[in-house]
Amino acid sequence: MKIVVCVKQVPDTTDVKIDPKTNTLIREGVASICNPFDEYAIEEALRIKEKLGGEVHVITMGPPQAIEVLRNALAVGADKVYLISDKAFAGSDTLATAYALSKTIEYIGGADLVICGKQAIDGDTAQVGPGIATRLGIPQLTYVSKIREIDLEKKKIIVERLLEYGREVVEAPLPALITVVKDINEPRLPSLIGIKKAAKAQIPTLTAKDINADENRIGLKGSPTWVVKVFTPEARGGGGEILKGELNEVVPLLVTKLMETKFIK
Amino acid sequence: MARLLIDKDLCTGCESCVPVCPFGALSMKEGIAVVDEKCTFCGACVDVCPVNAITMEKEEKAVTIDTSAFKDVWVFIEHEFGKVSGVSFELLGEGRKLANALGCKLCGMLFADPELAEGFAKEAIAYGAERVYLVESPLFKIYRTDPYAKAAVDLIRKYKPEIVLFGATTQGRDFAGTVATTLEVGLTADCTGLDIDPETKYLRQTRPAFGGNIMATILDYPNYRPQMATVRPKVFPMPERDDSRKGEIIREPLQMTEEQVRTKVLEFIRGTETVNLADAEIIVSGGRGVGGPEGFKPIRELAEVLGAAVGASRAAVDSGWISYEHQVGQTGRTVRPKIYIACGISGSIQHQAGMKTSEIIVAINKDPEAPIFKIATYGIVGDLFTVVPMLTEEFKKRLGR
Ligand SMILES: Cc1cc2nc3c(=O)[nH]c(=O)nc-3n(C[C@H](O)[C@H](O)[C@H](O)COP(=O)(O)OP(=O)(O)OC[C@H]3O[C@@H](n4cnc5c(N)ncnc54)[C@H](O)[C@@H]3O)c2cc1C
Ligand SMILES: Nc1ncnc2c1ncn2[C@@H]1O[C@H](COP(=O)(O)O)[C@@H](O)[C@H]1O
Repeated sequence: MKIVVCVKQVPDTTDVKIDPKTNTLIREGVASICNPFDEYAIEEALRIKEKLGGEVHVITMGPPQAIEVLRNALAVGADKVYLISDKAFAGSDTLATAYALSKTIEYIGGADLVICGKQAIDGDTAQVGPGIATRLGIPQLTYVSKIREIDLEKKKIIVERLLEYGREVVEAPLPALITVVKDINEPRLPSLIGIKKAAKAQIPTLTAKDINADENRIGLKGSPTWVVKVFTPEARGGGGEILKGELNEVVPLLVTKLMETKFIK
Repeated sequence: MARLLIDKDLCTGCESCVPVCPFGALSMKEGIAVVDEKCTFCGACVDVCPVNAITMEKEEKAVTIDTSAFKDVWVFIEHEFGKVSGVSFELLGEGRKLANALGCKLCGMLFADPELAEGFAKEAIAYGAERVYLVESPLFKIYRTDPYAKAAVDLIRKYKPEIVLFGATTQGRDFAGTVATTLEVGLTADCTGLDIDPETKYLRQTRPAFGGNIMATILDYPNYRPQMATVRPKVFPMPERDDSRKGEIIREPLQMTEEQVRTKVLEFIRGTETVNLADAEIIVSGGRGVGGPEGFKPIRELAEVLGAAVGASRAAVDSGWISYEHQVGQTGRTVRPKIYIACGISGSIQHQAGMKTSEIIVAINKDPEAPIFKIATYGIVGDLFTVVPMLTEEFKKRLGR
């Protein structure tokens, strides 16, 4: 069983603060982390491997410093990791990113199962997973909260998908791509030996040429969408009313205010 | 390849560009701004530079298409459990404005089982669609990616809409990505604002990014059509329903058989809650302050009286007090109810990312310094175990329940 996990390095939005004067994002000192959903993706891959055997390969596309997320992946037990990095990828939107990642997966010999996070917390698009599946021509199962069964002989997977109104149990043939939500597992922490080994590991970098990417399909050139403006959302007109006084006065007051909205029926 | 150019002579070293870069790609070197490889060419710095020292050089696109062949605004008519989803009607309302601005038709794109199709199409027309492109097949009984993507790709290729909008639901977000990739066009996720640029007539798609900390406006390059977006439910108001409206229905066959559908739905396990977070007009949420699983009892009681759904912070979910389905926030669900009542929730930036756009926010928290009060419409400083049951009683009295 060969599993490929796609992970992305993202800014830690816990640290993201807004400068009240200029109303812009303060980026200084903002740490980069592994996209939290992708940690669940790595963990799930490791668990499948522990049960069924096989290999876990982890890939990331990003600037050279994105190598950090690959070291973390090695430290928890990934078998092979690849950094896809090239100036030609700069400006890639989800279409171009999914293309580059699918070319990478083909380049490293394909996969029985590809695992992505549900979405990356910087862009929140949730489009790269379905994009990769479509490019690879394999079925996709999004919002997976549980893998019920993987049958290597019959080459099939059964999962639960977390939807608005409940959980859907779906079966698909392998190879397939799944995107996972937080509910699926509890990611492990790396061991000391793991961290030491990862720190010393040589990590291969793949360029656009290496993965045979068509230069018209990557980077800004291969991206149909284009960000024309970035701005800070209007501050919420909150900082509203703190209802002060004895509770037996403020509670009825709050109820009156809420009843006046006509939203309560 | 594109390049960001910084004119060394014009740059005054004012540093205005450094903090606005969402990707941290700009820094100062010897009093002049420099850009590194983290740059994604988003252009945020270009707008902010007071002396126009920053420009972006864009290269011609490889593909060229005849954009004039693409017209009309399409809305995907989503349905589940025999009912059209509210977001589709909201999008018809917003689509009407876009179609008017472009001077074109507003159309629905509907895939349904023959038993239900006609009724759904009529509803779409009542909410403003002038034309409905309908693909009928028993394969659409339960949503699956393959037949939906196939039907959409075939229709779009044949009829060439200029704009296609999907609800940013699990359905819309699942197959819109497949459609966009197959057609090799752009797709902007989870938009909260749409309008037509008066000059270029392009669709301006505005969406939150970085957990709602910034907003980005996105365009599609003119050589990629249609322009497609998924749009968050409950952002746009419900338009008026008018059953006297007339519209045409254009039927197309589905070029796919059951054997070609790769996935099989084996079972559906309905959520245990009677009210669902995505649809809820009112949400009562509990955080670490509820102290344990039994702490959700007063929360549920208040929710019941109000006909509300129950939400939770990640801290409460991670402690195992309530299941993940209830989590609101960046790694949970994004909600936009009319009233959001946060009990024992501090209001971290990640929690806010999922609920900040609620119409009215009520905060109940012991700590007057809790950040949730900064965004709350109304706040009560106090112990939730006293305040919440009092609220429940008071509502019961007023509502006669
Ligand atoms: C990458 C990432 C993603 C995240 N995603 C999410 C997400 O999706 N959703 C989310 O919610 N969080 C998320 N978090 C976690 C977030 O940072 C906070 O840790 C979390 O929201 C805190 O939950 P809380 O407000 O319930 O707990 P706390 O911050 O501990 O706040 C508890 C509050 O309850 C009050 N309180 C205690 N007892 C009482 C009482 N008896 N009566 C009244 N008030 C009381 C306290 O004053 C305090 O303000 C994420 C974090 C990271 C790093
Ligand atoms: N640059 C990238 N490198 C590797 N994986 C990525 C990259 N961007 C997105 N992904 C994967 O796609 C998922 C969804 O990302 P997104 O569509 O950007 O929200 C992430 O959780 C990752 O698994």
